[in-house]
Amino acid sequence: MPFHRLLAGMLAAAVPCVCMAQQDTQKEVERYRQLLAEGNPADLFEARGEELWKAPRGPKQTSLEQCDLGLGPGVVKGAFAHLPRYFADTDRVQDLESRLVTCRVTLQGFKPEDAAKNPFSAPGRASDLEALASFVAGQSRGMKLDAPLRHPKEIEAFQIGEQLFYRRAGPHDFACVSCHGENGKRIRLQDLPKLTDPGDARKIFTSWPAYRVSQGTVRTMQHRLYDCYWQMRHPQMDYASEASIALEVFMAKYASGGEISAPGLKR
Amino acid sequence: MKFLPGLLAFATLAGCAGGLSDDEARQRAERVFRESFSHGNRQMAAKVEQQDEVQALCTRYRNEPPKDVADGIERSQAASIRYPASGKLLGDWRQGEKIAQDGYGLRFTDPDTQRPNGGNCYNCHRIAPAEISFGTIGPSLARFGALRGTGEATQRYVYGKIYDSQASLACSQMPRFGHNGVLSEAQIMHLVALLLDPESPVNK
Repeated sequence: MPFHRLLAGMLAAAVPCVCMAQQDTQKEVERYRQLLAEGNPADLFEARGEELWKAPRGPKQTSLEQCDLGLGPGVVKGAFAHLPRYFADTDRVQDLESRLVTCRVTLQGFKPEDAAKNPFSAPGRASDLEALASFVAGQSRGMKLDAPLRHPKEIEAFQIGEQLFYRRAGPHDFACVSCHGENGKRIRLQDLPKLTDPGDARKIFTSWPAYRVSQGTVRTMQHRLYDCYWQMRHPQMDYASEASIALEVFMAKYASGGEISAPGLKR
Repeated sequence: MKFLPGLLAFATLAGCAGGLSDDEARQRAERVFRESFSHGNRQMAAKVEQQDEVQALCTRYRNEPPKDVADGIERSQAASIRYPASGKLLGDWRQGEKIAQDGYGLRFTDPDTQRPNGGNCYNCHRIAPAEISFGTIGPSLARFGALRGTGEATQRYVYGKIYDSQASLACSQMPRFGHNGVLSEAQIMHLVALLLDPESPVNK
C-alpha cells in the first residue's frame, strides 16, 4: 500500500529530527491516520471539478461539456492520456490546463485573463482550475499515457523543452537537470525522479495533478513547474506558458506508456 | 524489429525530417523562455534571461564539456576566487551549521534583503552525522576534516570549492556561492569551519 509507505516515510522523517517537537510529530501522524481512513482527498476535488464541468457559467452561461480536449467535443474519458497535443483551432500545442483555459474562453465567454485567474488555490481561496484538472485527469485513470509526437509543432515543442531542461541560469546556476538528471538522488529526504529515465518518468509524470498533504490541496503539473522554478531562483513562471508546455511535452515522451494514476497523493 | 519505430522517431526528433536544427532549437528556446516569465519580477527575469558564459557553455554541452572548454572554464573560475584579505579562512562552525541548514534567499517570495541568504548545503550533502535529513546530489561530507586534514591547504581548497565549485570541476552542479554573490566571505569562512574545525560535529 502506498499509504503505508507514505506513513513509514513520514515517521522516518519526523522521529529523528531533533528540531521537531514531539507534539507536532504526533499531530502529523494523526493527520496521516485520518488520510488512511478517508482515502485520497483528491476525490473531493474530482467531484467538485465534475460539478464545475457541468454547470452553466461565465458570460455565456454555458457548461464545459462540449469542450474539445483532443478527442472531439464532449469526450473527457481518455483525453488526458493524449495530452499535451497540438490543437488546430488555436494552432498551438496545449496541455490540460491551457486547454481548460481555452474552453472557458470559447465556450463560456470569459476574457482570457479571467479564464486563467486563480490557477493555484490558497487557504480560503479554492481554485476552479485545480478541481477541473483533477476531474479530467481522473477520467483517464488506469490508462496508458500516449501523448502524440507527430505534428511539426509537437516535435518543435519537444525540442524546445529539451533545450530548457538543460538551461542553467540564475544565482544558483540551476537547470531542471540539476535535480532530475540522475537516478536515486534526493533533496533532503525527498526522492527525485530522473525525468529522462522512462522508469522514473512513467511513475511521476502520470501522478500529477496530485493532492499534496503538505499544502492541503491538489496541485497541478503547472504548479509543479512553477514551484521548481521558484526553487531554482527564477522569477514566477507564467501559467500555461509556452515554456511550461514545452517541458511537459519533453517529459511526456519519456513517461509514455506509464499508467495514469492522477490525481495522486503526495507529501 | 520492435525497436525500429523508436529509432525512426528518434531520427525525426534529431532533426532529419521536419524538426529544428540544434541552433534553431536553441534560439527558439531562448525566445520561449523570455516570453514565459513575463509577469514575474523584471529584475529577476533580466538576470535569468542573460546567461553568463559558464552557464551558456554548460547548457550547450549539457554539463559534459569537451576538455578544452572545461579547462577554459576552470581557469577563468579559479581566477575569480577572492580569498579573505586577512588570510584567515576558518570561521565559527556553529554559524556554519545554521547557514548549511538555511534555504532562505533569492526566491521570488524572499523579499527581505536584510536577512542573509542561506547555503542550504544539507539539501544535497550529508554533513553533521546527527542531521539525518540530508540530500544525496553531492558527495557525503561527514568527517571531512578528520579524513582530509585541517591544514591551510585544505582550508584554501574548501573555501575555493564553496566560492566557485567550477574552478576545480567545470559544469559542477554545485552553485558558485561566492562568485555569484550568494554567500559572503564571512559566511563561507563559517562553512569552512563547519567542515574543518576539529570541534565541529562533522569531525566528531
